[in-house]
Amino acid sequence: MVGKKKRKGGKTVVNIVLGLICAIWLLPTLGLFISSFRPAADILHTGWWKIFPHQEWKSGKTIQLSKDVDLRQPIEVNGKTYSDDQLKAGVAADDGRLLWENRRARTVNVQEKGWKVKTDVTLDNYKNVLSGKEYKIKEADGTEITQKGSGLSQAFWNTLTIAVPATVIPVLIACFAAYAFAWLRFPGRKTLFVIIIAMLVIPIQVALIPVLKDFTSLGLNGSYLGIWLAHTAFGLPLVTYFMYNFISQLPKDLFESAFIDGASHFTIFSKLILPLSVPALASISIFQFLWVWNDYLVSLIFIGNQPSVQVMSMKIADLVGSRGNDWHLLTSAAFISMLTPLAIFFLLQKYFVRGLMGGSVKG
Amino acid sequence: MGAQAKQKISIKAVLLSLAVLLANIVVNGLIFRFFRDSTLNPLVTAVLAVLWGVLGVYLIYYTLTWAVERYPEYIRTRVLPYVFIGPAVILLGWLLIMPALRTLYLSFFDASSEKFVGLSNYAAIFSDHLMATALRNNLLWVFLGTLACVTFGLLIAILADRSSYEKIAKSIIFMPMAISFVAAGVIWKFIYYYQPGDEQIGLLNAIVTYFGGEPQAWTSMLQPWNNLFLIVILIWMQTGFAMVIFSAAIKGVPEDIMEAARVDGASEIKIFFGIMIPYISTTILTVTTTIIVFTLKIFDVVMVMTGGQYDTEVVATQFYRQFFMYRNFGYGSTLAIVLLIAVLPVILINLRQFRKQGGF
Repeated sequence: MVGKKKRKGGKTVVNIVLGLICAIWLLPTLGLFISSFRPAADILHTGWWKIFPHQEWKSGKTIQLSKDVDLRQPIEVNGKTYSDDQLKAGVAADDGRLLWENRRARTVNVQEKGWKVKTDVTLDNYKNVLSGKEYKIKEADGTEITQKGSGLSQAFWNTLTIAVPATVIPVLIACFAAYAFAWLRFPGRKTLFVIIIAMLVIPIQVALIPVLKDFTSLGLNGSYLGIWLAHTAFGLPLVTYFMYNFISQLPKDLFESAFIDGASHFTIFSKLILPLSVPALASISIFQFLWVWNDYLVSLIFIGNQPSVQVMSMKIADLVGSRGNDWHLLTSAAFISMLTPLAIFFLLQKYFVRGLMGGSVKG
Repeated sequence: MGAQAKQKISIKAVLLSLAVLLANIVVNGLIFRFFRDSTLNPLVTAVLAVLWGVLGVYLIYYTLTWAVERYPEYIRTRVLPYVFIGPAVILLGWLLIMPALRTLYLSFFDASSEKFVGLSNYAAIFSDHLMATALRNNLLWVFLGTLACVTFGLLIAILADRSSYEKIAKSIIFMPMAISFVAAGVIWKFIYYYQPGDEQIGLLNAIVTYFGGEPQAWTSMLQPWNNLFLIVILIWMQTGFAMVIFSAAIKGVPEDIMEAARVDGASEIKIFFGIMIPYISTTILTVTTTIIVFTLKIFDVVMVMTGGQYDTEVVATQFYRQFFMYRNFGYGSTLAIVLLIAVLPVILINLRQFRKQGGF
């Protein structure tokens, strides 16, 4: 490693600033993660940070008011007078605060601040969001409401069914094309390749409407093949460019000798190029996979609302729209959709980073 | 092996290759129909579909090259490259180039694509209030989003380079890159969550009320500032990308130049602006253009967070709305073309860069 400048001065400051930035960056995901394990009622009523020790009002002793106190008049408690409204909202007293416990029974609660941890955790959110069955949740006041789960597990498999071929197909097609562009000579080679480069940054919006029309007339709409083709075409320019950069750098004499030995281009490609390209293949595949996995727009347009092929991102977006306050479903659903990309990210970070840089740090 | 250098095309080869081509189409068509009508268990369907998708492509190449090899040498060397690039070219032509041209064509027609209206769609979108908002917001996204991502990315890359926890810090900043915009939308909706009263479950309002402030409906009421709160999400997600690439570039700055400057008494800030920035300027340009292109197309965040309400509309969400809700194909196409025109300079820069690199 060149230039590891470990300069003493100010290093503590650097570490602190960086630590702070990291904390800010991590906080949103942490909040989601913690929330997804909290009971539905808890999420709606207290912040997720309450699972950490914090100061909170705790019930202490109760004071019974005598029968002849008129509740409409200022009420005397412990020698001081308060109004009914004050007691409803809670009012500071000498050593804590006073709050109605039960107005009909004429009891007032004296609350004190104390350390508290709210550690109720549950896997119910995950169960409910994954299954399509009905389930009950208990509200804070004890009432039960019945809701229907969102069947996310089906969406999970759909996403996988779309993402794996939508990664392998473009990468394979792009590899064949990149090999031909790099090592075969044919008329139109330059023009075609320049067109592909030009398409690297074309916004896919310009293609959506006509492609949708074609797909509708071919019956490809809402089918796996349709969405694979769409993702393949939209990913191809980048993958081809990336693989071209790699394959064209391979030493020439390597396949010349194989060619003299009578190997066909197909054999050279399968037995030599593909195995040699594994590092590049890995990084661009991860990139394409994450792109497809996280995609929303393409699925929204080519899949529509058919539940049998619906993907997770659409399911979650639907949940946000229709059940925007069901945080127990939203948080766990979002976390389930993040599991695969995050696992890939942490396990294969090296390749992911390389894939990113191959596309943009060049030159 | 087959074509024994006879220099003549045998009828057998022609028939064989046509048969292979036909078989590919028929077999894959049948499989496609099977999947479309299948009522199998979703898991079984998934496994079979993945198998088909992955093996199918390879088999198409295999059979086609096999057929080409039945021909004499001089034909084979001419045809084979087109077999190799064929699928890529066909797919790109069908699903990207032709559609772009058709969209351009549609943009000159009215809502139902029947009547030619010339440039009036273009004139209309620039006078439409909603469109003006969308364009303004897109400018905000492009300008503020890119500026913040690049600045933070550079800053964090430099900090990380000098800290003792480089790897872990970079992982944390980079992590949101792996999260989908939809999931990120949920994360940030939860942070911006608003309810009246003292007890807040959204982090931002909890902080505000803790310091005695009034809770705010961040993404809806505070127009036009609500756009900034949406842009924050982009910054959270894309800074990692900029950082990773800057970090690699910074490590490439020769240490001896900086050391020499330090010996001459240059301050760290001077070294940063005088040596480091010029040295990595091409990288900065690449990252900036990449993020600009990305922000121009921004869609998911707005869709999930506000659905484009409260004046947060951007070009891509307007495009979606015009096309799918109002069924206004002319307008929708025009918007897509405006987007394309906006990235055109980037495409040209890209091509020039490619030529400079000695691509061909």
